[in-house]
Amino acid sequence: MTTVTTLGPAGPAPGDVAERRADFPALDQQVHGKPLVYLDSAATTQKPRAVIDAISHFYERDNANVHRGVHALSERATKAFEGARATVARFLNADARDVIFVRGATEAVNLVAQTFGRQRVRAGDEIVVTTLEHHSNIVPWQLLAAAQGARVVAAPIDDAGDLDLGALSELLGPRVKLLAVTQVSNALGTVTPIEAVVALARSRGIPVLVDGAQGAPHLGVDVRALGADFYVFSGHKLYGPTGIGVLWARREHLEAMPPWQGGGDMIRSVTFEKSTWNDLPYKFEAGTPDIAGAVGLAAALDYVGAIGLPAIAAHEAAVLRAAEAALRSVPEVRLVGAPRRRAGVISFMVGDIHPHDLATIVDRQGVAIRAGHHCAQPLMQRYGLPATARASFALYSTLDDVEALVRALHAAIKVFA
Amino acid sequence: MSELTDLYQEVILDHGKRPRNFGPLDGATASAEGLNPLCGDHLVLQVKVAGGKVQEARFTGTGCAISRASASVMTGLVKGKTAAEVEAMFQVFHTLVTEGPGAHPDLEALGKLAVFGGVHEFPTRVKCASLAWHTLRSALQGGGTASTE
Repeated sequence: MTTVTTLGPAGPAPGDVAERRADFPALDQQVHGKPLVYLDSAATTQKPRAVIDAISHFYERDNANVHRGVHALSERATKAFEGARATVARFLNADARDVIFVRGATEAVNLVAQTFGRQRVRAGDEIVVTTLEHHSNIVPWQLLAAAQGARVVAAPIDDAGDLDLGALSELLGPRVKLLAVTQVSNALGTVTPIEAVVALARSRGIPVLVDGAQGAPHLGVDVRALGADFYVFSGHKLYGPTGIGVLWARREHLEAMPPWQGGGDMIRSVTFEKSTWNDLPYKFEAGTPDIAGAVGLAAALDYVGAIGLPAIAAHEAAVLRAAEAALRSVPEVRLVGAPRRRAGVISFMVGDIHPHDLATIVDRQGVAIRAGHHCAQPLMQRYGLPATARASFALYSTLDDVEALVRALHAAIKVFA
Repeated sequence: MSELTDLYQEVILDHGKRPRNFGPLDGATASAEGLNPLCGDHLVLQVKVAGGKVQEARFTGTGCAISRASASVMTGLVKGKTAAEVEAMFQVFHTLVTEGPGAHPDLEALGKLAVFGGVHEFPTRVKCASLAWHTLRSALQGGGTASTE
């Protein structure tokens, strides 16, 4: 078993990444009298001290509303908020005007469905999603389809959990007005061949929304290189706070799309006869935004940037390989899906123990895993399972975590023997 | 591990693995579906009511050991009981799984339900234990879908 990946001279060794664990205060605690082993980062990551401090600093020093006051605090708050947007733009390799702050990936998908979708999708049209999608990249399209008389079609996967590109290609016919696809499956860890998928759809003139909620923390993205139409992600799965996320879209779409929500900040002028809309990105940011959330997200991206996504990815890949090997060494364990490329997540079953019973027992050993359908019920149906157990990893995950998981699984097997 | 062994008592493990009254019920007079949207647990409960009493109750579906054991024990206990008696048992059960056995001055009165005395230590699992009961109440009140949410 190889656990060390050689990096170029620029990156720190994977071992250095693991030392960053000390930056995360929440990891340093005991639960049920055992050291916490947090293996639920795909649900939400823990937050480094730098993010917690940035949010505290904002509220302690700079708190004011943005884009309004002429006083010093409002200037500072506005600078911090727009600075955060610039940081997000650098992370995405995008223009800051095309970066819309939202509550999270879910809100971003809903925004696109209710603006771009309502403009483009008509009766008889189709929206293609994949079997891998999280409910947040299915249900907003169902709402749109129901309103417009369109239908949602799911592209299949194979038993390994990889997209069936041939079948996807066949589905991308003339009635398809949008393809919504994830970069990484939150339930199986499948890394989709997103560049090829985007290129295929775009070659047929079909716009593509990429759900980067799981992909952004592990792989990052270069939206210019990717060439998709929309990219969405959540801050809280990327070491940032909850309640903040990002919609990036092509400029021509953002200009053509109507506002989603009306209110303050998104207008240029308001009269009772007619209102006109603000410039991008403010046209899509009605109301006082989550200023501290944006500041916290920027701190998270700075934190990740300082370590380097390639170094993080190499470290996570080493831990994932070790975890996969360790799980396979337990005879009762059956992995769900064996994707060609995996990031962040392993789904599994242990004997005939229901995942909920498993999660309860390992929790008492201090090990936090997720059990359930992972907000991906169609995917669970594909495998004929009501639920799976899921261990998910982040930059602070270690080989010790993997060992603790396996020990806890043995304890569960003993209870149910 | 003591809380764990309180939760996963032998009786619960046994009923979870080999649930009694599992499978469709011929001649059912009422049925209801139970869903726990949180975890996807799903059960269908069928009852045969005659002469104002539950003659038989059976269930099908998927769920964790706690929810299967709860359905298994419950379907055994309610035979021969009136709807009012079932309701009274449910109230006893509900207090037990939310507050623990200490809330019952008379432990004897719990009977077989006493094996669920460890559930209250695991607040996230209360819904697993309660699903079958909610579904049975729904069936006795005319059917439909019961949800733990």
